[in-house]
Amino acid sequence: MTDDVLMSVRGLKVHFPIRKGVLVDRVVGHVRAVDGVDLDIRRGQTYGLVGESGCGKSTLGRAMLRLVEPTDGTITFDGTDVRALKTEPMRLLRKRLQMVFQDPLASLDPRQSVESVLTEPLRTHGFPGKPADRVRELLDVVGLPANAAGRYPHEFSGGQRQRIGIARAIALNPDLIIADEPVSALDVSIQAQIVNLLEDLQEQLGLTYVVVAHDLAVVRHVSDTIGVMYLGSIVEESPSDDLYAEPLHPYTIALMSAIPIPDPVVEERRERILLTGDLPSPANIPPGCRFHTRCPFRQTTRCADEVPSLREIRPGRKVACHWSEEIVSGRIQAAASSHDPTATEVGAPV
Amino acid sequence: MSLGAAEAAITVAEDHGGGVWREAFKRLSRNPAAIIGAVLIALFLFVAIFADWLAPYTALAPDLKQIKGPGHIPGPTAEHWLGLDDQGRDLLSRIILGARQSLLVGVVSLLFGMIGGIILGLLAGGLGGWFDTGVMRLVDMMLAVPGLLFAIGIAAMLGEGLLAVMIAIGVVNVPVFARLLRGQMLAQREADYAMAAKSLGVKRRRVILGHVFPNSLTPVIVQGTLTLATAIIEAAGLAFLGLSGADPSIPEWGRMLAESQRHLAIAPQLVIAPGLAIVLAALGFTLLGESLREALDPKYRR
Ligand SMILES: Nc1ncnc2c1ncn2[C@@H]1O[C@H](COP(=O)(O)OP(=O)(O)O)[C@@H](O)[C@H]1O
Ligand code: SF4
Ligand SMILES: [Mg+2]
Repeated sequence: MTDDVLMSVRGLKVHFPIRKGVLVDRVVGHVRAVDGVDLDIRRGQTYGLVGESGCGKSTLGRAMLRLVEPTDGTITFDGTDVRALKTEPMRLLRKRLQMVFQDPLASLDPRQSVESVLTEPLRTHGFPGKPADRVRELLDVVGLPANAAGRYPHEFSGGQRQRIGIARAIALNPDLIIADEPVSALDVSIQAQIVNLLEDLQEQLGLTYVVVAHDLAVVRHVSDTIGVMYLGSIVEESPSDDLYAEPLHPYTIALMSAIPIPDPVVEERRERILLTGDLPSPANIPPGCRFHTRCPFRQTTRCADEVPSLREIRPGRKVACHWSEEIVSGRIQAAASSHDPTATEVGAPV
Repeated sequence: MSLGAAEAAITVAEDHGGGVWREAFKRLSRNPAAIIGAVLIALFLFVAIFADWLAPYTALAPDLKQIKGPGHIPGPTAEHWLGLDDQGRDLLSRIILGARQSLLVGVVSLLFGMIGGIILGLLAGGLGGWFDTGVMRLVDMMLAVPGLLFAIGIAAMLGEGLLAVMIAIGVVNVPVFARLLRGQMLAQREADYAMAAKSLGVKRRRVILGHVFPNSLTPVIVQGTLTLATAIIEAAGLAFLGLSGADPSIPEWGRMLAESQRHLAIAPQLVIAPGLAIVLAALGFTLLGESLREALDPKYRR
């Protein structure tokens, strides 16, 4: 079962040093943006990565492609130890690894015409055939008119810009695309079109995706597996349907309880689990379970002093919580926190 | 691809190309400050370029019959609109010919400063590391010295000559451009499009030279417009202090100001005319430069 894994990540960390000092820079601490992540991305599947803003999703996605240099950990892509690669082999490997960005306008050089944007990967790695033909083909595949080639990014709508970004990402027929919140900057009416385009392309080109989102609704129906991230670490990983049917980690339970249910009767009875306290800074991650400062299920033992590992408590379902079994069986109940003035609902798009 | 075609079909364009600069020009044409600046610059350029045709008299030959005696400085007449200077030369002609000198010194010294600053800024912002640190320390030191004082020092060191003056003013502006470009490049290197290029496998040097550098030039161009104003003032300042470098027979606004200040009481026009010329030329570039900065600022866009 291991060779259907396209990319595998172990113990990945990205710590940004916090520097201070006038003449000589001193490192006074670290922002632990990604703090020990294990992932297996399966060929042809979509891995959805969700979590609140600032929890390290973008940094993780970038680190997986070495666009940000990891501090520690291993990345294996199709049998290659990615972190061991020197500059030139890494550069050549990039044609198989692509990225779609959150802000499509910012991801396009304002001085480049669409034609130039799309021929850049072809020029960089070489591509059989005439570049102009490939550009026309790419535009067609992403649903843009052929005359878009001569235009500049600012002339397009947000959705069209993201189509250009997607066309660029598929130009070299990559294996893996990491899409960092590909629709969160777009109008709601356009989001579904872009998500559908990504799904169609996956089918046509046999792509493997990591789709990042700050809100569960976006990744829900596109993902095969979902990883829930909190403060730089995966706290729950599960097949998508199972996660929605029954979230296991207290953080996921809270996230899910914040999603309104379309059925008014069910919505009326929806029990909201509110979290107390603020989201801690990734420069100052709580010891023990990193969620214990806000967890409504927190116990007096273990939570504050023992780091829970991500363990498989049921086939395919991994949770980083000491008390999962007890919480699932109902033996441990959430503390009633609705009257706490500091309680906040999580998961609302920021 | 049927699903997305609907949105894409809603015609691609909101306007027809040209980009950031075209948009900026549209905004400039509605800004009175920019228009005044452009008019002043156009006037200055026109006068400077066509000085030989425009000047009613030659700059050198005194009109001696107008001078009634020693110390007599005739004021404006029908023949001499601004009057004569203390040596009987037509003031208007000297102002007109002085424009060319100002433009020459301003533009050449600006080019020296910009080229030097762009090379240093590009290397510092592109290479980073110890080179960047070294360049920036040097730049900080240079910026700590007041501009005119610095220029005087360099001009004095380089000795006589117009080229010495232009190099002196140019050198003073090198750190301004170097710092601006370097800072802009560091910011642009973090931009998503730079990361996108890297993720495609584009070589680092090409990312820097092909993407980051061209996108960092806009503020440098704006600063260039503003610096032309200070270069004109600095050139006048050096000339005022006797470091004009130019052939004394060529009229120079700063030197005209210096030479006529002792006549301020009896013939104030001799001071006012070149002073006003300096102010208006500098004002033109400042107004346009500031408007351009505003028009190109993404904060004001959309
Ligand atoms: N280049 C960087 N230098 C320092 N801190 C960073 C850098 N990039 C991200 N961070 C910090 O890392 C944390 C995670 O950021 P990010 O990965 O962008 O989160 P997300 O994508 O989930 O919103 C944030 O606290 C952010 O401020
Ligand atoms: S380990 Fe404790 S604090 Fe952490 S999620 Fe589980 S119950 Fe909550
Ligand atoms: Mg992000």
